[in-house]
Amino acid sequence: MDKFIWAFLVGGGICVVGQLMMDVGRLTPAHTMSTLVVMGAVLGGLGLYDPLIEFAGAGATVPISSFGNSLLKGAMMEAEKSGIIGVLTGIFEITSSGVSSAIIFGFLAALIFKPKG
Amino acid sequence: MAKKKQFTKEQQKYQEFAKQREPKRKVFKNCIRAFISGGIICTIGQALQFFYINSFGFTEKTAGDPTVATLILASVLLTGFGVYDHIAQWAGAGTAVPVTGFANTMASASIEHRSEGYVLGVGGNMFKLAGSVIAFGVFSAFVVALLKITFKAIGGM
Repeated sequence: MDKFIWAFLVGGGICVVGQLMMDVGRLTPAHTMSTLVVMGAVLGGLGLYDPLIEFAGAGATVPISSFGNSLLKGAMMEAEKSGIIGVLTGIFEITSSGVSSAIIFGFLAALIFKPKG
Repeated sequence: MAKKKQFTKEQQKYQEFAKQREPKRKVFKNCIRAFISGGIICTIGQALQFFYINSFGFTEKTAGDPTVATLILASVLLTGFGVYDHIAQWAGAGTAVPVTGFANTMASASIEHRSEGYVLGVGGNMFKLAGSVIAFGVFSAFVVALLKITFKAIGGM
């Protein structure tokens, strides 16, 4: 049960950070998302994102910042196995499920649904 | 501030006038909304993760993939039925920041440009907004990975 509460608090907290960037920093949603992804990669590089995932579970994996962290983790994992070229081959290793499911479902949606409004 | 000098007095007056008339952004209210909706989406994610761990034998580490895929499918369906945009209007960053927002931008872009044809419309515009996230994510991950490898090679960390 603890996990749910922390997922709610941390996930909500990250969204508040995004909201502050949009309202106070006057960034567009696209800028906000890109900034959060870069922040995720940097935090991952400093070794701070994985402890957060351990602690907050989906509260840290569902926000887009985890995309940056996963990109880095995939790159580092492959780099340890096969050297520097692993950065290129491994970068999408973990995020592949997210990116490809978004492409596949998005494409299917375009086949099925008509634009609204 | 240096830029302000280039405007004439009239322009400066207008800018001040426009600033007064601009609707004040309700920062606090928006933040609460973002907190609640973002928190709920993450809690749903957590529930899905437990469900996949307990019923399908995923481990804590591998359960992230089906969880994200399910959230993306749900968000694409909600986008298709036109519900997601209504929620997003209320929730602000609460629906944009989670991975569901990423799926929403892709689905809505591809549905919207459907009339331009499947290749140029759907295929070409799908990454219109999501592309920036992928491009910046990949590039920053690349830089951080190189930095980390260099540090390791030097013997630090």
